[in-house]
Amino acid sequence: MTSYVVRRLLSVVLLLLLLSLVVFLLFSVLPTDPARLTCGKSCTPEIIEANRHRLGLDLPVLQQYWEFLKGLFVGRTYGANSPSPIDCQVPCLGYSFKRGEEVTVLIKSNFPPTFWLAIGAFIVWMVVGIAMGIYSALRRGKWQDRTAMGVALVGYSLPSFFLGLLAIFFIILKWKVLPFPSYVSPFENPQQFLQTMILPWIVLAILYAAFYVRLTRSQMLETLGEDFIRTARAKGLPERVVIGRHALRAGLTPIVTAAGLDLAGLLGGAIIIEAIFSLPGLGTLAISSVNDADLPVIVGITLITAVFIIVANLVVDLLYAVIDPRVRLA
Amino acid sequence: MTLIDTPAAPFDASSFLSVNDLRVQFPTEDGVVKAVDGLSFSLERGRTLAIVGESGSGKSVTSQAIMGLINRASATIEGQVVLEGQDLIAMSNEDVRRLRGTTMAMIFQDPLSSLHPYYSISRQLVEAVRVHQKVSKADARKQCISMLDRVGIPSAEKRIDDFPHQLSGGMRQRVMIAMALLNSPDLLIADEPTTALDVTVQAQIIDLLKSIQQEFNTAIIIITHDLGVVADTADDVAVMYAGRVVEYGSVEGVYRRPQMPYTLGLLASVPRIDRARVTRLDPIPGTPPSLIALPSGCAFRPRCTFSAEVPDNLCSDVRPDLVEAADGHQVSCHLTPEKRLRNADAMFALLDGRSEAGVQAATPSDPESGDPA
Repeated sequence: MTSYVVRRLLSVVLLLLLLSLVVFLLFSVLPTDPARLTCGKSCTPEIIEANRHRLGLDLPVLQQYWEFLKGLFVGRTYGANSPSPIDCQVPCLGYSFKRGEEVTVLIKSNFPPTFWLAIGAFIVWMVVGIAMGIYSALRRGKWQDRTAMGVALVGYSLPSFFLGLLAIFFIILKWKVLPFPSYVSPFENPQQFLQTMILPWIVLAILYAAFYVRLTRSQMLETLGEDFIRTARAKGLPERVVIGRHALRAGLTPIVTAAGLDLAGLLGGAIIIEAIFSLPGLGTLAISSVNDADLPVIVGITLITAVFIIVANLVVDLLYAVIDPRVRLA
Repeated sequence: MTLIDTPAAPFDASSFLSVNDLRVQFPTEDGVVKAVDGLSFSLERGRTLAIVGESGSGKSVTSQAIMGLINRASATIEGQVVLEGQDLIAMSNEDVRRLRGTTMAMIFQDPLSSLHPYYSISRQLVEAVRVHQKVSKADARKQCISMLDRVGIPSAEKRIDDFPHQLSGGMRQRVMIAMALLNSPDLLIADEPTTALDVTVQAQIIDLLKSIQQEFNTAIIIITHDLGVVADTADDVAVMYAGRVVEYGSVEGVYRRPQMPYTLGLLASVPRIDRARVTRLDPIPGTPPSLIALPSGCAFRPRCTFSAEVPDNLCSDVRPDLVEAADGHQVSCHLTPEKRLRNADAMFALLDGRSEAGVQAATPSDPESGDPA
């Protein structure tokens, strides 16, 4: 087990290195010139060249990558010999000259809204999706099942920007049930936080819940047809125990995989939902960075998202060994 | 035609278990599947009944109908299953549940898939004890260990904490048997208990079932398509075809004097080392009929090589009743008893490789003639 974890961690590190290289190379071949973006309208070629040198953009790509890697572990100073050097703290993911801010700081400050959005929506969709899925499976073919499946299909088909705009239009603008969203930290103003987050949570959760209803239902139906469920009934266990203890345990285990990866993916930013509800999260940061061609920020967010997904993969695999006794990690 | 026209298998509610005119039908989009279509038999304590037949003949559905394991919402179940004077079909689901595991218990074909993969043996066994008995977990565990010991699991107090996948196939089936026996059931239904096991392990499991029967005076229904298992274990045998019993009697009687052409076919298709090698294995031509659209008359008629010997299209027009052919031996066939016995003799002669004439009589050279297609 320990050796398995160590080996997995090593491969995670390798994977991240490779990934960062690819991302870095990919962005270095883009036609935009980061040095050009560092100064505004009153720019002269001299300033651009000076900035290019200060940013290290005049170095060969691989050396730039090396500087980038070094920055992650030891930090780096842009323009050490210039009159106004810029310090980038460990772990330095780069410096956005567009915003005049370290990428790490930008990501840190934009992470909380994304985190709360993902966690809240995750809880809502897991509870609703799994409960509805089980209910549907137990009433297979009856009108309750058909209704739930119909609702799930609609929820799955509606794009989240459409749902989100509908929610804003009716609930916020027309009926004025909720004030206009304005993100604050939950520790600062819990009420305003909840008022802001409730709609994004629901809208984001609807999309995922629709998928999880179908997933849970099919898992449960498959499990209910298993021989060991028949054995449980043959033992004389009440149906409540057959479903609750035997069917759920086996039926819901595979959902762990999907849930872990979906949550990780969301932690990298829910671009559409954040944009619609003007949440200052990673998704919003990603969009505006793309608009501004703010390469260091884009590279940073891409890497962070990749880290979440890779780590989630590892966690899910380890979790599986805990919940399924047949899984031997080796 | 000298059929004795008394309905056989008289319904006798004084038996330990009597099944009377059991019908199980599943409505499907293609039509109603008549999985069990008028089944009757009775069984006493300490006796073993084997139900034999091809896949889809209704063996497993019968056993699950007795156990109350068929979802009543998805099937129509009619008839009577009277266990110790109580009709299980008329009882509420909850009352039948209380009998499951206590009065009647069941062993399944594939012990790996029949045990829960995520729970340890101890958890699955203790649960089976505690659902019916008010005992502490520790006491239940003791009971389970001694039962595992009884069914021949070495160092049971250690193995009880294993998970199903850590045991061998034979050990798993022993666990299943132990699980079934925990609350000392009076009726044990074994649905193909040895099919998924090695031959050597099969013999051990059969021996175990026999010794359990002697110890607890259990009534056993063993469902199988393995005629060797039947000969080894059963007192009586019911041959099922398309949801009905087509031949019923003592194992001795049915094996010595098979009368229904289908039974003949089953016996002829068993490889035997002591028979002459000159004969090929003789499969029954054709395939089992669709249970949605059964052939008119005798369901076996399209595959029967002897139906031409019956006059007046009787085989295709009239469904034969199960009637007494010899003492305690019942057959559902329109052939005259003389012809049936002649066919049986011919088959045995063929299998012994003794008689050329027998070869002609028992196996027509053109197997297509009996094919329903």
